[in-house]
Amino acid sequence: MKVLISSPLYDYTKVSEVEAHGATLSEVLTDLDRQFPGLRFRVIDEQDRMRPHMRFFVNGEQVFELRHALQSNDAVQLVQALSGG
Amino acid sequence: MVLLVGTRKGAWLLHGDAARKTWRIEGPHFLGHIIHHLALDPRDRRTLLAAASTGHLGPTIFRSTNLGKTWKEAAQPPAFAKAPEGTTGRAVNHTFWLTPSHDKEPNAWYAGTSPQGLFRSEDGGDTWQPFSYINEDPQYRSWMGPEEGGTPDGPKLHSIIVDPRDPAHLYFAMSSGGVHESVDGGKTFAPLMKGMEVIADFDPANIDFHDPHCVRLCPSNPDRLYQQNHCGIYRIDRPSDTWVRIGRRMPKKVGDVGFSIIVHPRDADTAWVFPMDGTMVWPRTSPGGKPAVYVTRNGGRRWERLDVGLPASQAWWTVKRQAMCADRQKAVGLYFGTTSGELWMGRDEGKRWSCIARHLPEIYAVEAAELK
Repeated sequence: MKVLISSPLYDYTKVSEVEAHGATLSEVLTDLDRQFPGLRFRVIDEQDRMRPHMRFFVNGEQVFELRHALQSNDAVQLVQALSGG
Repeated sequence: MVLLVGTRKGAWLLHGDAARKTWRIEGPHFLGHIIHHLALDPRDRRTLLAAASTGHLGPTIFRSTNLGKTWKEAAQPPAFAKAPEGTTGRAVNHTFWLTPSHDKEPNAWYAGTSPQGLFRSEDGGDTWQPFSYINEDPQYRSWMGPEEGGTPDGPKLHSIIVDPRDPAHLYFAMSSGGVHESVDGGKTFAPLMKGMEVIADFDPANIDFHDPHCVRLCPSNPDRLYQQNHCGIYRIDRPSDTWVRIGRRMPKKVGDVGFSIIVHPRDADTAWVFPMDGTMVWPRTSPGGKPAVYVTRNGGRRWERLDVGLPASQAWWTVKRQAMCADRQKAVGLYFGTTSGELWMGRDEGKRWSCIARHLPEIYAVEAAELK
C-alpha cells in the first residue's frame, strides 16, 4: 500500500511516498523498518506505543491502535505534530 | 583541540589553533535535532557519539568514526525492556549522558537516559543494552520517583563515572534519585548519600528527594569527587562515605546552587562552578544578572570569583550541567556554553574570559577533546 511520509523521516526514506505491506498498521511499520532501518523506533516506542507527537492516518482518518487492520489499497500517512520554537 | 557543542537545535564543532586563540566553527550537524551530549572517544580520538532526539521523533544515537564527516545511526539505541503484558513499561525519552568506559574496555560506552536508565554499548555505540539491574529494580524505581513528577525536562540519569584505576568501580547520579556506586562492575549498586542535604523540611533519608546535578571525579586523585547539587556544593574523599558541603563558604549573596561543576585535570584541590539563582521560584539565571565562575583552589575552603571579561550586568543566562568543561593543556582553558547560545573561554584557568561563539541555539553540552 501507499505510505505518505512526513519530512522529519526523509532521512530514512529520502522520498515522501513509499510502498509497504502488512495486514495491520504494526506490520506496515515493521515492513518500513525492514526497508528503512531505524524508522520504526523514531515513531513507536519500546513499549509499542505511538510516540506522543506522531499521528497516524488511514484514508484520512486518524487511527490510534497499532493493531488497526489495513487493506492493500489503503493509504497510510505518518505525520508529526510540531509545536513551540 | 576541538570543542564539541550540543545544542537544542543541532551540534557544532569548534576547531582551535595550537594557541587556542582562533576557533573555526563547523556545523551544524543534525540541524533541528536536540543534541543532549556529544562526546569523543578518548581511546581512539576519532569516534564521536551524539545523543539526539527531536520534539516529535523518538531518541537515537548517531556515531561518526571520522570526526563528523559522516554519521551513522545506532542500530539499536538505548531502550528499556518491553514490559510484561498488562503492565506499563517505560520508554526512553532521550539519552542525556554519554561516558566512554575504561581504557581497558575499548569500544565500551555507558549512557544515562531520561527517564532514569543506565545502558551500555560494547561495540562503540552501535547497539545498546540495559546495564545492571537498576532500570527494572523495584527499589531503584522507587528511588527514581515517578516520571511525571520529575523535572520539566524529564528526570535524568547522569554523571556516569568509571574509576580510571578499575573498570568495575562505577558511580552514577540521578536527578532525582541520588548518587550510587558499584565496586563489582554493576552487579550491585549502593547509594552514596551521607552528608547530602535536601530541601528544607524534607527527610534526607528518602533517596527520591536527593537531586545531584553533576558529579565529577578528579583524574589526579580518583578518591576525590566533587558534586554540584540542587542543595549545595559537596566534596567526598573516599573511602569516606560522607559528602562535605563545601559550598557554605561561597558568598551568601551568590549561594551554592548551580548545575555544572568541573575539576582540574592535574590538581584535585581545584574545581570550578557556575552559580545560578536558586531563590524563590528558582529563576536559574546568573545571580543578579552578573555571571561569574567561582573557583576553589583548596578543596572548598575558599572560593574566588572569576568574572574578568564576562558581562558586568544584565546577563540573565545560565550554564547547564554538561555545558562546562576544562581542557588538559598546560595552561588549562575553561569553556562554558550558555542558555542564550554563547560559548565562552576562560584562559589561564578562568582568569580572563572571552566569547568565542555567539548566536548559537541554547547550549546543552560542551566537551573539550584533543585530537590525534
